[in-house]
Amino acid sequence: MNATARKPYRVINTKSFLRRFFTYAVLILFAAIAVYPILQVVTVSLRPQDKLLSTSLQIIPENATLVNYVSLFRDRPFLLWLGNSTLVSLVVTMTGVLLAAMTGYAFSRFRFIGKKIGLLSLLTTQMFPATMLLLPLYIMLIKLGLINSYLGVIIIYTATALPFTIWTMKGYYDTIPYSLEEAARIDGCNQFEAFYKVVLPLAAPALVITALFSFMTAWSEYLVAAQILQDTHLWTLPLGLKSFESNMSTEWGLYGASSLIVTVPVVILFQALSRYLVSGLTLGSVKG
Amino acid sequence: MNRPAQKAFIVFLVVPSFLILAAVVFYPFVYNVVISLSNMNLRHIKDWSLVGLQQYYKVFFEPTQPNFYLVFLKTIIWTVVNVFFHVTLGVALALLLNQRDIKGRPLFRTLLILPWAIPQYIVALTWRGMFNYEYGSINLIITKYLNLPAVEWLKSPAEAFLACILTNVWLGFPFMMVIALGALQSIPHEFYEAANIDGASWWHKLRHITIPLLRPVMVPAITLGTVWTFNSLNIVWLVSNAGEPSDQTHILVSFVYKAAFNLYRYGYAAALSMVIFAILLVFSLYFMKKTRATEAAY
Repeated sequence: MNATARKPYRVINTKSFLRRFFTYAVLILFAAIAVYPILQVVTVSLRPQDKLLSTSLQIIPENATLVNYVSLFRDRPFLLWLGNSTLVSLVVTMTGVLLAAMTGYAFSRFRFIGKKIGLLSLLTTQMFPATMLLLPLYIMLIKLGLINSYLGVIIIYTATALPFTIWTMKGYYDTIPYSLEEAARIDGCNQFEAFYKVVLPLAAPALVITALFSFMTAWSEYLVAAQILQDTHLWTLPLGLKSFESNMSTEWGLYGASSLIVTVPVVILFQALSRYLVSGLTLGSVKG
Repeated sequence: MNRPAQKAFIVFLVVPSFLILAAVVFYPFVYNVVISLSNMNLRHIKDWSLVGLQQYYKVFFEPTQPNFYLVFLKTIIWTVVNVFFHVTLGVALALLLNQRDIKGRPLFRTLLILPWAIPQYIVALTWRGMFNYEYGSINLIITKYLNLPAVEWLKSPAEAFLACILTNVWLGFPFMMVIALGALQSIPHEFYEAANIDGASWWHKLRHITIPLLRPVMVPAITLGTVWTFNSLNIVWLVSNAGEPSDQTHILVSFVYKAAFNLYRYGYAAALSMVIFAILLVFSLYFMKKTRATEAAY
């Protein structure tokens, strides 16, 4: 009895050791691959002006310096771009969350004429190539006098994020039992109160995702901004960063430093919210 | 609540979003259809006229440089290779991350999500720097540690295209990983315990529990991922610097972007946009029907 029980036990142990070893090896390899390009940006941002082109693979370069970071704030309107981008992104995030939370709820809870077509048309918008809307939009905005105004950019960014976020919200509401609202209604809530007092707090993970997506859309968009915000005072971060890259010579040091500053808040947001990312992205497919 | 009140509530919930979408998405779409039927270009910006299906004819039969069918073929290769690696890497890493006896899972997850968190234009320009022939770290690694000859990443068509793909694979796997991780965590642990009691092997559990339960979540993600990848302009445009060398790294979206904003062939670009949209629409309808993914969604 003892002898027969021990042998398989040891086999499982070796197998488990091998499995864990393999898991760590693969995870470490891919974590390194994921991080390496970012370390490259760090390296570039720390290089002194005369050593920008280097064949060294060191992460912290020789004579590392923060001069690029200083110069970004002192010699360039980086703070202005940062402020502009923050303003645009926050407004887009707030409108985006509000609209997606409302519309997703209607699609999840009610039957109405045009519901199916509405949902399908949202999916369809994901198939439009960027160019298809860019050109007509540009002509429209000129006619409406919205070139060089944030209003145009904000509306476009909000609309870009909406189809995906409405679907995300709808998918998540679908997992929340309807009986909760019925109970709230019996307790005297009206339909609207049942929505924002009972269901909305439960949908927090999806709301977080919606906010993150809307923010990212606005924070890192370049093509639309380049067409609409031609006045340099209105530039957002992507436009500013792209201006470091010119045909003659790219200012790699400034580019690296500003890239890091732009990336850090997003990365922090992602990390802080990654728990919600995993639970909130149901893609409208899971029915509770 | 009575019917009219509920109707008013629905209108209140839905109408604001769809007004914005109508202005930014649906109206421009119709406008684009009109442009695609016109001869609008740099010489005919104001005095354009409708010319019927001429531009569509040009899309399919005009001898452009590069050829439409070649670009289409490249776009398919681009999409298939990217989505394949996004999904296999994403699901594989999610499976590894979902083992309970692995330490430091939050740290690994944190690091593995990074490529997704970085704005795409920064990703593109960074990788472009890494692919530099002389100073790029990829060639330095290849020559110093692997003792292989340096590769002309950005100067020859095949290598430049490969460079774009590598960049995009790096950027895209975390999304699939996060989706898969969410789905894996919603699988009740009892299923595996029951399978263990029955003596099921690792492979059997993967084949008969994990994959079937991942499927309903991954199919919409794959459809969306395919459409996004097919239409992803940023990486190809910025890594290959607008299609270099000599327009040989284009996929359809970068090709049409060039036609519209560098060559000012508005009518042609609008028609080509419609063709791209039609391709994606047919693909999605077919794929969703084949896999019956949206059944639960209605």
